[in-house]
Amino acid sequence: MPLFKKDLLGLEGAGADEISLVLDTAASMKEVLGRQIKKVPALRGKTVVNLFYEPSTRTRTSFELAAKYLSADSVNIATSTSSTVKGESLKDTAATLTALGADLVVLRHSMAGAPHMLAGYIKAAVINAGDGAHEHPTQSLLDMYTVREKKGGIKGLEVAIVGDILHSRVARSNIWGFTAMGARVRLCGPATLMPAEIERTGAHVYSRLEEALDGADAVIMLRIQLERQQQGLFPGTREYAGLFGLNEKRLKLAAPGALVMHPGPVNRGVEIAHEVADGIQSVINEQVTNGVAVRMALLYLLMGGGAGEVVG
Amino acid sequence: MKLLVKGGTVVDPVRGTLEDADILVENGLIVEVGPGIEAPGAEVLDAGGRLVATGLLDMHVHLREPGYEAKETIETGCRAAARGGFTALACMPNTSPIADNRPVVRYIMERAREAGLSRVYPVGAITRGSSGSELAEMADMREAGAVAFSDDGRPVADSGLMRSAMQYASMLGAAIISHCEDPGLAAGGVMNEGFTSTRLGLKGIPSAAEEVMVARDIILAGLTGCRLHIAHVSTAGSVRLIREAKSRGVPVTAEVTPHHFTLTDSEVEGFSTATKVNPPLRGEADVAALREAMADGTIDVIATDHAPHTAEEKDVEYDRAPFGMVGLETAVGLVWTELVDKGVISPARAVAMMTVNPARILGLKPVLPETGAAADLTVIDPALKEKVDPASFFSRGRNTPFAGRELKGLPVLTMVGGKIVYRR
Repeated sequence: MPLFKKDLLGLEGAGADEISLVLDTAASMKEVLGRQIKKVPALRGKTVVNLFYEPSTRTRTSFELAAKYLSADSVNIATSTSSTVKGESLKDTAATLTALGADLVVLRHSMAGAPHMLAGYIKAAVINAGDGAHEHPTQSLLDMYTVREKKGGIKGLEVAIVGDILHSRVARSNIWGFTAMGARVRLCGPATLMPAEIERTGAHVYSRLEEALDGADAVIMLRIQLERQQQGLFPGTREYAGLFGLNEKRLKLAAPGALVMHPGPVNRGVEIAHEVADGIQSVINEQVTNGVAVRMALLYLLMGGGAGEVVG
Repeated sequence: MKLLVKGGTVVDPVRGTLEDADILVENGLIVEVGPGIEAPGAEVLDAGGRLVATGLLDMHVHLREPGYEAKETIETGCRAAARGGFTALACMPNTSPIADNRPVVRYIMERAREAGLSRVYPVGAITRGSSGSELAEMADMREAGAVAFSDDGRPVADSGLMRSAMQYASMLGAAIISHCEDPGLAAGGVMNEGFTSTRLGLKGIPSAAEEVMVARDIILAGLTGCRLHIAHVSTAGSVRLIREAKSRGVPVTAEVTPHHFTLTDSEVEGFSTATKVNPPLRGEADVAALREAMADGTIDVIATDHAPHTAEEKDVEYDRAPFGMVGLETAVGLVWTELVDKGVISPARAVAMMTVNPARILGLKPVLPETGAAADLTVIDPALKEKVDPASFFSRGRNTPFAGRELKGLPVLTMVGGKIVYRR
């Protein structure tokens, strides 16, 4: 199983069986999260390092809690507090982590391929917690978990991903993941934010949001960064919200009971209207909870847990 | 001291012929070419089964000195050249300080003389500091020995200034070598724009970034009459523009690198920074177009764009790594393996693209295998095979995407002015 050879670097090339294994394991973990004492000794004595070169609250906290619930020791290294600001290379940081005895490193980095590089340097397992515009596999796995839990399965569903596809690692991982699980992926966003030859992934591109939403079972809205306006990629949030913002009226075009999702943090009133973000179809907060379960599953699977019984 | 290169097949790149002949060398010159030369007392160099060409000229290298001696020095660069079969090099001005004035040009030539391994021809900067704002003292540099002018790596963005540069260079009879890259279209890009860049999440450089400037510079060459040489052509669209310009008689020439005619952007898979180069490795259709253009004469020159970097500089995230790969020690092997053996171009055309063609562009007297010519020779064994081993490079740079690749057809002897500078 290439997905779990040593590291989790991305979902491109992952098979449905591998993804299902993670989702099944995550289901057991979610059961743990529902207990009064949310802690099992599965990873006692293991050390997890969260190495974050980009600010992140949600993903880092999620990994940190996942490690704690499994009784692993976890430490956080953020760029502002580590020697990386003094110009230490990723290669040297890798050597330091090895010397410190890390068993697993969770890496968030602004540059695509950084986790691949780190994985080549160290014996510890590496989980990609987002690398540039490349992949964010754990986000995609929690998205798939959420959809599967709510819809009873993924195969045959229509999943729309809307927004800045060009710069989105979430979009890429979700294209690979949902496609592997048998869903049909629709992409929608400004032409300037659609990557070259993206159709070759098997996803279908729509330029009008109304068409992308028509009959969709799940809608994943992406965050639009203001920085893209300065780069001349879109004229501004007003026009963006007009063309690609999800509001109640547009949501009615989707299939009844369609899920509204967002990897966060949300720009309310821009890519998603307030009432939709907090509406009955929104599963944005459940995504966060499921993220912990999925990350527990991944920590467990990558640190020698195998596919057997996880939780006593 | 006499040397007799015996039993080889002599390549004449002008007539396009291969002829079994011996070459007798004395006092740094070729004194006789012909079959069955007897030369009592001469040291005999057996060239049986090998091709004997006049010394190869690489018109696009970065020797890094002065300023970046950790990457390469003029001496190590020349040693790499000798091992790669090159007897002459034209080196780009992006050193520190930039070769935008006579003293730096003289310094490079002096250091090359001290190394005594290759004929080194500096290319002067077009603008002061290659900053694209004011013309550099091209006439002074020309007089000092600069053979052409280029702001390689930092193309002149201002079309008005480029026009002036071409008019001025034309007055001097020198060519402008253009690294064609529109800064706005290329901004922030690290690899070819296409499906691979989309998959890897790396910012792409579209073919248009090169082609827009190729088109502009061709138009300016037409306007000014300046000889324009397009460096490292990488796209099918550039090939079309150059072919069309040549058919109209615009004074344009072009070069291609071994990495661009061999590799595609799929090499970037896995994020190896050895594949990061500017212009980037392109697609399959581009590689096919480059090969066709070499065969039909649209592309005149094979040059390496040898760009050494230290391991520390390349051992970083893909976005952070500098552009460039070394090329001097793999060029001949790639030309033979990828082009000659596959019948894309003939051995004589391959030699022409690395000897007389670049010499003419730089205004140098082409060296031919004939009596009275300088004894600059490259002996190539077309059957010799070897896997590329960066650890064996004479260059300080080890940054090659060809490590482990088997090449067939390798230089075995390099002679400059009658002096053997490399012998395998």
